[in-house]
Parts: sequence; structure tokens; C-alpha cells
Amino acid sequence: MRRDGMPLRRTAAVMAGLALVIPAAACGGGDDPKPGATGTEAAEGSTLIFASSADPAILDPAFHSDGESSRVTNQIFETLVATEEGGTGVAPGLAESWEVSKDARTYTFKLRQGVKFHDGEAFNAAAVCANFDRWYNFTGLAQADSVSYYWVTVFRGFAKNESDTLAKSLYGGCTAKDDSTVELKLTEPSAVVLSALTLSSFSIASPKALKDHKADEVSGTAESPQFTGTFGTEHPVGTGPFKFGGWTRGDKLELVRNDDYWGEKAKLSKIIFRPIEKAADRAQALRAGSVHAFDYADPADLESLKSSGAQVLERAPFNMGYLGFSQKTEIMKNQKIRQAIAHAINRENVVKTKYGTGAKVANAFMPDSLWSYTEDFTKYDYNVDKAKQLIAESGVSAPTLEFCYPSGVSRAYMVDPAGNFQLMKADLEAAGFKVTPKTSPWSPDYLNTTQAGDCPLFLLGWNGDFGDPDNFLGTFFQSFSSQWSFRNEEIFKVLADAEKEPDQAAREALYKKANALIAEFVPGVPYAQSPSFSAAAKNVQGWVPSPVLNDKFASISLN
Amino acid sequence: MLGFVVRRLALLVPILLGLSVLLFLWVRALPGGPAEALLGERATPEAVERVKKLYGLDRPWYEQYLTWVGNVFRGDLGVSSRTQHPVVEELLRTFPATVELALTAMIFAVGVGVPVGYLAARRHGTWLDHLSVAGSLFGITIPVFFLGYMLKFAFAEKLGILPTDGRQDPLLDAEHPTGFYVLDGLVTGNPEALGDALAHLVLPGVALGTIPLAIVVRITRASVLDVLHEDYVRTAEAKGLAPATIRGRHVLRNALLPVVTIIGLQVGLLLGGAVLTETVFAFPGFGKFMADSIVARDYAVLQGFILFTAVIFVLVNLLVDVAYGLIDPRVRAA
Repeated sequence: MRRDGMPLRRTAAVMAGLALVIPAAACGGGDDPKPGATGTEAAEGSTLIFASSADPAILDPAFHSDGESSRVTNQIFETLVATEEGGTGVAPGLAESWEVSKDARTYTFKLRQGVKFHDGEAFNAAAVCANFDRWYNFTGLAQADSVSYYWVTVFRGFAKNESDTLAKSLYGGCTAKDDSTVELKLTEPSAVVLSALTLSSFSIASPKALKDHKADEVSGTAESPQFTGTFGTEHPVGTGPFKFGGWTRGDKLELVRNDDYWGEKAKLSKIIFRPIEKAADRAQALRAGSVHAFDYADPADLESLKSSGAQVLERAPFNMGYLGFSQKTEIMKNQKIRQAIAHAINRENVVKTKYGTGAKVANAFMPDSLWSYTEDFTKYDYNVDKAKQLIAESGVSAPTLEFCYPSGVSRAYMVDPAGNFQLMKADLEAAGFKVTPKTSPWSPDYLNTTQAGDCPLFLLGWNGDFGDPDNFLGTFFQSFSSQWSFRNEEIFKVLADAEKEPDQAAREALYKKANALIAEFVPGVPYAQSPSFSAAAKNVQGWVPSPVLNDKFASISLN
Repeated sequence: MLGFVVRRLALLVPILLGLSVLLFLWVRALPGGPAEALLGERATPEAVERVKKLYGLDRPWYEQYLTWVGNVFRGDLGVSSRTQHPVVEELLRTFPATVELALTAMIFAVGVGVPVGYLAARRHGTWLDHLSVAGSLFGITIPVFFLGYMLKFAFAEKLGILPTDGRQDPLLDAEHPTGFYVLDGLVTGNPEALGDALAHLVLPGVALGTIPLAIVVRITRASVLDVLHEDYVRTAEAKGLAPATIRGRHVLRNALLPVVTIIGLQVGLLLGGAVLTETVFAFPGFGKFMADSIVARDYAVLQGFILFTAVIFVLVNLLVDVAYGLIDPRVRAA
């Protein structure tokens, strides 16, 4: 009659059973060496486990604009032109060479020969044009900014725009001159397109796979549109050094080496991407030996990673935070006041106090890793007396500034907006300004107010899309925008000329001039640029973090 | 009993309809919208308008609601604006993970909590009792994410005997016909996959089960203490019944009633998502997916998942009531 004892005994038995199974299971696993292993397994034929911060959104490059997707598609697909390893300059990709016409309206690409897609189809001029025509002819949902973000950003519109807000397309057609020559026409001169084509969104996919796996098929209703094809989830087919191997969302995504790759073959036989959202958890997984490498390390974890023997790699900054001025208000139209603000802010102190390791003061409205950057322009050092003197010269007595900053947001270029605001407010007050604070939630309130130019002083920044100064300077200052609310025809013109200049050296000179003009005009105060960090186990070699997130895993090996 | 179950199930309909209207309005009352969330800092007013139009968000809310309800009846919960996948698919992918995790946590909480609580009551006033009270206080107050980090630090980083993240070793190739990895290991006859799935459940299960454990210990202890002083226990002892029979039939059985209620409530809560545990252990479950969807203002996912949670909550509570009936004949009669 020990009925009461039974459940307890049974539980104990189950727990004891578990205790036996678990350590055995934890030691089990596949045949591949665990990340922490320090064995001497051959570099060829090894598997890299990479902790990403999230699953990719989709593996159809035309439809993604997030870093986690492009990290994966950068290995499967290739673009006509690539970025230089570790830099932002343009390098040969699927095109061996190219020419830009004098009027910057025709690009001629000479394609690499003997390249095949993973499905065995030949890569040639017709395939390239098929991709461009596909993007240009997107309809419905595919025209949404959230879906084909980079096409809309770079090429502005489609064959048949389905919204009044889309502009006439910059794309003017693609012709296969012969099997290995592609001619790309633009409807307006633009020299920016070349560096934009390094974006993974302009990767060349197998036209047959796109068709077979219904890449463009959208079904559902207006309330719930849906991609029904499987190209972007199960059959992404490109020419890259790795092929798609399988994907269980939330768990892992596998890539396997493409043994028929046209160039130097990848050293790894397999890459597994494992989503681990929080940086601290990724760091813990690396220290525990569950993964080999990860990106976006928290600066707070760098020391513990180093002391555990891991490598810490710095990704050069490709962002900048700035204090913007809206010249909608009378006081901000006063150049002396703008200059006074620039001298009043102790940018060094803001960066030192509020940013992590490796962050630097920004002096221009573009990161210093970007080509054409030189410091031949007026710099505003921290000088309270000078600021006071400029205020006196401005003719404004007791200047009052309304200063907006966002809540509920943290960006690499603006880790702690409220903290930045506090420091800047104290600096401004020390120089004799009266500051009225105004804060609102980042999206949509803050973004709406700043974009409408309703904030005389505001904190904002930019994460670069691709390696072209136009993506920074052109975005901010090429034409009138309510955010800045100024008209400076000289700056507008230099930037417009630079956008259309086909000669690279001449373009560089124009951007240098633009930086000088902008610094002189002081439309705002750039103050911070912040790198990001990656970490890898000590046996990982050959990983070169790209500032524009164009990392190529083919060069990575495990020793 | 059958009539009782049917009546309770019928109650589901008005509850869910009322809830669906409330949550439909509530998710739309969140500041910002999916369009702004999708577009981020590049959300120009024009772009926002375009996205709203594409997702039908420019129409009046009641029109959107009626379309949605119509679709729900056809088993279509819509498509996630964040992942572009059908909500039903996301539900089927993430829910089994959470069920496994919640069950592990409850097995841990009940398996450890009931015996400890019982023993603490039996040894009332001894060091064991004090230890259980202090321990359960500690269990309730320790933040889950902190406990998660500590467990991973000890068992994964230092001892290296348990995995840090996920549901399965990434190097292991296993089939998942049901989505319940433990069950899959059994169904496919793959002991390695089974062991691996169990190993991946231990740390998150313990982290998640600690608060319910503390609650179960306290409730069991208090309840057993109450029952020990009941007249019928004294009568049974006076009758000369064997101590084991008294403990089993009279004490434990009566003392377990409030414990079952608590277990039911806790299971409901745990199935509703264990956001922190799932995040800390990169466990691809329901709670974390829903939390991410709040950030993305993913209306379809929020509506579908919350509705589903409500159904689960009602069903678990129904199960608890049925269990009550089994333990206590008076409930059956009522």
C-alpha cells in the first residue's frame, strides 16, 4: 500500500535517466570538430559555425536590405563589381573590367568567362540583362520600399510605377552586345551607379532558377500579400563560392562549398549560420566553443573575449552621427550662430564618454573610411571663448535653442541619444546659449518632426548603404530638404556634378570640394563615427571585416 | 463531466470574439506602425503611405477586422509583415519549441517542488523547512536572464557539459517530422538526436522552471501544513491507519488541489511565451517571436499569436478543472 511513494520514485527514475542521457548527448554530435577544438584537422573540409544576430529576412538579394540576409547572399551570389577587400573602393567582380561613357549614361561591362551558376546554367550577358530587366519590371508588392529597397534607392522607379511617389526610373535598358559584353543605359547621367552595383541587392541570380522557383510570384490579398515562390527561401542560385545547403529558420542555415567555382575555391567545406540574438549570448557561445565566430560584439564583452583567447576584429566605421540644424527658424539662418554651436560642442568628450572602444570624432558628413576623404576643410575645435565671441558677433542677444533628441533608440552612431544631449546641452549653456529640450519617441514622432524641419537642433545620423560619398553627402545636401531647410546652390551644384562625373579622379576632387563648402557653411555638426566589432575563435583565419558588410567567407579557414 | 467540458468549450466562442476585437484595436493603438517599423529611419511619409496601402492598413479598422475574422475562420491568420511567412507556419514552427520548454520547466518545478514542499511541511520548523523557504524566496527573486547566464557560465562555459544555445547541435543532421524535437528523436529512432534535444532543454528548462519551482514548493508546503492539521487526518491517525496510507490518501491527495491550480496557471503562463529564457538561450520559441513582432508592429502575428495563446490558456484551465474532478469527487458532482 505505498501508493503515495510511486510518483516520487517514478520521477526520481526519470530524472536519473535524464542525468545519464544528457552528458552523453552533450558530448555527441556530428563528425566535425567542435569550434573550441584545437586539433590539427585539415583546413580543407572543415565547418565554420557563425553566430548571426537573426535569421536572414529572405535569400533573394533583390528583396533584402538587412545585413543578416546580405551576409549569407554575399557567399552564394556575386555582383558585377565588388568592393575591395576591407575597403570601400570598387573592384572587379563578375565583370573583369568596365567603362563609363563621358556622359555617364552608358556603362559597358566586360564579363568574366567560364562562370557557371550553381544549377549548371552558363553565366553570360543575357543572364545579366535578365536580372536587370527582372528588377525593372517588378510590380505590386515588389515595388514597396521595404521589399526592393535598394532598387528604389538607386534606380528610383520601375517600368510601370504603381505609386505617384516613385520617380522616373534611372534604368534605361540592358543590352547583351555579345556573350561577354553588357551595355547598361541610364536615363540620366549618374556615376554613382557603379559603386551602388557592389550592393548585394544587385547580385546576379540564375534566370532559370528565378523562373523555376517563381521568384516574383506574389499571391494573397492586399491585406496579406505573400511571396509564394521558393527561390528566396529554398533555392537561391548564384555563382558564388558557396551553394545553399538548407535552412531551418530559428535554428540554422547551411551553405556548402561550390566545388565548381570559377575562382579560388573556398577553404571551408561548410558554413552554418546560427541565429543568436543578443551580443552577450553570442559572446558566451563563442567562449563556450559552440560557435567559431560572430558579428556585432558588444564593446563590454571585448575584454572577456580576448582573455578567453578569442580574436577581436574591428570593422571600420561606416556611419556618422551629427547634430543637425534646421534653417527654418530665423536663429539657425545666422551663420555665426551655427559656427558658435560648432565651437561650443566638446565632441571629443561626447565620443569619449558615450561611445565604445574605437569610436572617433567625425569631422565631415561622411566616414573617414570612404574614398575621397581628406581633411582639407575648416575644422571647428572645441573653443568656448571663440563660441562666445561668435555669439556676440551674431547680433542675437540671449540666443535660445530648441534642441530635439529621440527616445527609445540606440544606433552605432548614437548609442545613448539622451546622454549625448545632456553633454551637448551643458556645452551650449557654458557658451551662453539657453537650451530648451524636446524629446519624442524615435519612430514615427521624432523622425517625422526632424524630417519636416520642425527641430532647430536635432540629433541624427546615418548608416551608409554602399561605398560612395554620394550615399552620405548626396543624401543630405544635394537638393533642398525640409530637414535642413536651406538652399545653398553652390553645394547643391558640386554634389550634382559629382554624381554625374564619370572620371573617378575628377569625382574625388569634387567631393573634396563639397566637404570644404559644407564645412564652411556649417549646416550641422558631425561629431561621431563608430566602428563595430566581430570576434572569432583563435583557429579562425582569413576573415577580413568589410566596412560595407561585404565580407567574403571564401577566404576563411580553420586551423 | 462531458456536459461540463462542452459548456466550457462553448464559452470559448464569446471569449475569443470579444478578445479579438480588443486586441485588434489594441495592436493598432501602439504608437508607430508596421510601415514605420519596416522602413526604419528611412521612413519617408511617401514610403510609409506605399507600404500601408500594400498591407491594406489605409482602410478603416472595422473593414480590416471583418476581413481578418473571415480569414481566421478559413484557418488563415495572415502573413507576417516582418518575415513574409504565413502566421500559421510561424506558429507551427515556434509553438512546439515553447511546449517542450514549458513542459521541461514544469517537470522540473513539479518533480522537485512537490517533494521538497511536502518534506518541508512534514519536517516543519527544521533546517530543511527553513532552507526550502529561503530557497524558494531566492528562486522567486532571481531574475531569469541572470540565472540563465549563470547556468550557461557554469555548465556550458566552464564545465562544458551542456550546450549554450538553440534546440539542436548545428552539426547534427536530424529529421523533424513533428517539430517537437524530443518526440522527433523517438519517432525517427535517432537516440543521438533525442539526447541532443534533451540536453538542449536542460538549462533553459531549469532557468524557466525556477520561479514555478519556488511557487510550487511554497504552495505545497503551506497546503500540506494545512491538511496535516485537519480533523480527518487526526481521525485517520486515531483509527490506527498506516502512516503511508494517511500520507498518500488523506494528506497528499487533499493537499495537491491548490498545487494543481497553480500548475495549471503556470503552464498557461509558460506556454504564453518565455521571452527572456528564449532570448538568453537563443531558443527559437513562441515568446521571443511574439516579442520581436511587437517591436516590428507585426499586426498579423500579434493578433494570431495572442488569439492562439488565449485558446491555449482556456484549454489548459479546462484541463486543470478536469484534473480537479479526478482528484476531488466533490468537483465532479458540482
